[in-house]
Amino acid sequence: MQPRRKKRLFSMLLVISLIAGAVGAMLFALQQNINLFYTPGQLVQGLGEGKIKPDVGQRLRLGGMVVPGSVSRDATSLKVSFDLTDDSGEIATVEFEGILPDLFREGQGIVAQGILKSANVLAATEVLAKHDEEYLPPEVAEAVKGIRHVPPSQLQQQNRPQSNYGG
Amino acid sequence: MIPELGQLALTFALAFSIILAIVPLMGSFTANERALLVAKPLAMGMFVFTLLAFCALSWAFYHDDFTVLNVANNSSSVLPWYFKLTAVWGSHEGSMLMWVMILAAWTALVGQYSKGLPLLMQGRILGVMGLINIGFIAFSLFMSNPFERTLPFFPVEGSDLNPLLQDYGMIIHPPLLYMGYVGFAVSFAFAIAALIGGKFDSTWARWARPWTLAAWLFLTLGIMLGSWWAYKELGWGGWWFWDPVENASFMPWLVGTALIHSLAVTEKRGTFKSWTVLLALGAFSLSLLGAFLVRSGVLVSVHSFAADPERGVFLLIFLLIVIGGSLLLYASRMHSVRSQARYEIFSREVMLWGNNVFLLTATLVVLLGTLFPLVHKELGLGSISIGEPFFNQMFYYLNIPFALLLGLGPWVRWKQQKAAPLLKPMALIAVFSLILALGTMAATQTVAANLALLGLLLGAWVGVSAIMEVYQRLQQFGSITQGVAKLQASHYGMTIAHIGFAVMIVGIAMTLTYSEERDVRMEIGDRVVLAGYEFELQDVYKLNGPNYGGEAAEIDVRRVDGRYVTHLHAEKREYTIQRMVMTEAAIHARLSRDLYVSLGEALPGNAWAIRVYVKPFVRWIWLGGLLMSLGALIALLDKRYRRKTTTGGAAYA
Repeated sequence: MQPRRKKRLFSMLLVISLIAGAVGAMLFALQQNINLFYTPGQLVQGLGEGKIKPDVGQRLRLGGMVVPGSVSRDATSLKVSFDLTDDSGEIATVEFEGILPDLFREGQGIVAQGILKSANVLAATEVLAKHDEEYLPPEVAEAVKGIRHVPPSQLQQQNRPQSNYGG
Repeated sequence: MIPELGQLALTFALAFSIILAIVPLMGSFTANERALLVAKPLAMGMFVFTLLAFCALSWAFYHDDFTVLNVANNSSSVLPWYFKLTAVWGSHEGSMLMWVMILAAWTALVGQYSKGLPLLMQGRILGVMGLINIGFIAFSLFMSNPFERTLPFFPVEGSDLNPLLQDYGMIIHPPLLYMGYVGFAVSFAFAIAALIGGKFDSTWARWARPWTLAAWLFLTLGIMLGSWWAYKELGWGGWWFWDPVENASFMPWLVGTALIHSLAVTEKRGTFKSWTVLLALGAFSLSLLGAFLVRSGVLVSVHSFAADPERGVFLLIFLLIVIGGSLLLYASRMHSVRSQARYEIFSREVMLWGNNVFLLTATLVVLLGTLFPLVHKELGLGSISIGEPFFNQMFYYLNIPFALLLGLGPWVRWKQQKAAPLLKPMALIAVFSLILALGTMAATQTVAANLALLGLLLGAWVGVSAIMEVYQRLQQFGSITQGVAKLQASHYGMTIAHIGFAVMIVGIAMTLTYSEERDVRMEIGDRVVLAGYEFELQDVYKLNGPNYGGEAAEIDVRRVDGRYVTHLHAEKREYTIQRMVMTEAAIHARLSRDLYVSLGEALPGNAWAIRVYVKPFVRWIWLGGLLMSLGALIALLDKRYRRKTTTGGAAYA
């Protein structure tokens, strides 16, 4: 082979092996970092047609609405626990230690990320609530109410609902 | 009345863009000089009309014209005047108008500062810019009209600007970011014009380089500013979240960085041609992808705009036309391009090729991590999210070889480099950086083999190498003093940008390793000790701002030995109109560390939740970004980019 061709072949092979290696490593890393999303109903009854329930110790995201009156705080530390629910009426408990997001309120839709402690108790490392009073995290909105998108044209000032959840 | 004039101006701009896209492009094929000559005035006219439209919208915001839907939804009469003006780009519609205005501004700038280009090339570049302008102006006009009225029932008060955006950082973050995003349209237009002409030589690369650098400069500044804003405004002390919207700006940045380096090869050596063109197409395509992801509502993020599927469809079609069209053109033209230059395995060419491989792999990582949840969901496999650890892990592994290569690259010659002459300087750099890294560590923390040490080593390797390389280069001019003036500005630019990268690596590694954070329950008079600092909560009282209420906390910070450090004032604001709670963190910043306090919720028993952070070296992250931008700026001032152009000064700024 000509040196030029040889060089080409060499660089091509190097590129392909690098890409293959990188993609392989990426997919492997990706697999370990996927957090599946559940609602309380899906957590209790199982997700999808196979009714798959997550294992205890699994990392996952749990989204639902905070059950009014369920927030209980520890008197001397930042430990807090609250219940989440959805249309199914099932309830899952979230335990968290730290500062709740600014918009955390009873009746508000939130997403908690953490590790499943028992069948319906999540030890959360992170609690998310978007900065918007009418906000339901889209995943929650879709799972709970079947809402997909709301075009902004429908959010005009005049007919803006004051609050959907009495928050 | 004024908003209607604004809309009219935007319509005129659309007309200008359509003529700009047709006449000069047609003229370039029929060699019609007059058709080519109209490109420049058309570009200027288009810019003037988009600017008028933008001013009209600003006027509506400034005068609280709540009959305009956009104003009613994003402003209020109690907002300070400067936030009223920044509210112009606080919404989807307004920011789209700004995007359009900036795109037209770039087009006009290309028209003004392309006197050195052949007329044919000028006409084609501006024509392609015109095509892109059509897409965005039409989008703004038909899909997201910023001038839409609420008549006849208009509100007496607006619903206020999102409190998150009521911050000084927000005033310039979007403009800078858009300057960057849209700036890549210029590189794109250069690439397409070259593809149409079928001519790629080093002159082409020399024309395209300053524009790419300028776009990259703005994008870097924009991303850095966004990171800094998130850090101080979101109240949880993070500076990068791998949020899909951040990723959307990071991908064009990565490809843009690769493009800058690849352009250097094409200019200096006349090789990597097809690759460079592909990167130019890629950088802008990723900018468009970013716009699509942010504005279509397919992504969930802190900063994504309200979702509207129709807009998403429009942008998706536009995206497909741009990417598909340019790739088709690329495929039909590129096979005839041959690179003549030869080079060995150990040469500057291969070093820069390595740079490109790593940057593109990084892009792939970000792309995969951003799009995978979307694909997963659309396939009906359930909603998922990709955690930060994925990105962190991948960037950890990518950065090590990348930084090692970066320390070596600038020393390697074009075409061919013998290994032997480099051994001595490399060994010297290695020893220096080892001493520097261990010294820094011993001075600030205790020495341990951890991520911070790795970061310090890599940072020192890159930094010391960059400085020594310039020193060595200067010596070649005879004497240092003579060399200082003779060395090209672009070389200084490169060195400064590389040092910026080194500084950033150090900042990231140190912050990740040594940040300490504590969420505590505090009553007035309580103290908490963190990383040698003692925080004492002195008072919490009610706040009374123009459009917000809330609480403020006064905190004294002392060293553990009792030395007074500073007084911090953290706020928790409740914006009355939007009924939104916002944390205003108190930050005491030094080069070696930040003290960061944010006030959480009130707890039973007259106590407050307080979040306290000590973050060593966190400033270095943004300092690194600033240095990179400074490097780009200095490289832009290089004389050779202004050769043949009659206008001097800041020609490309």
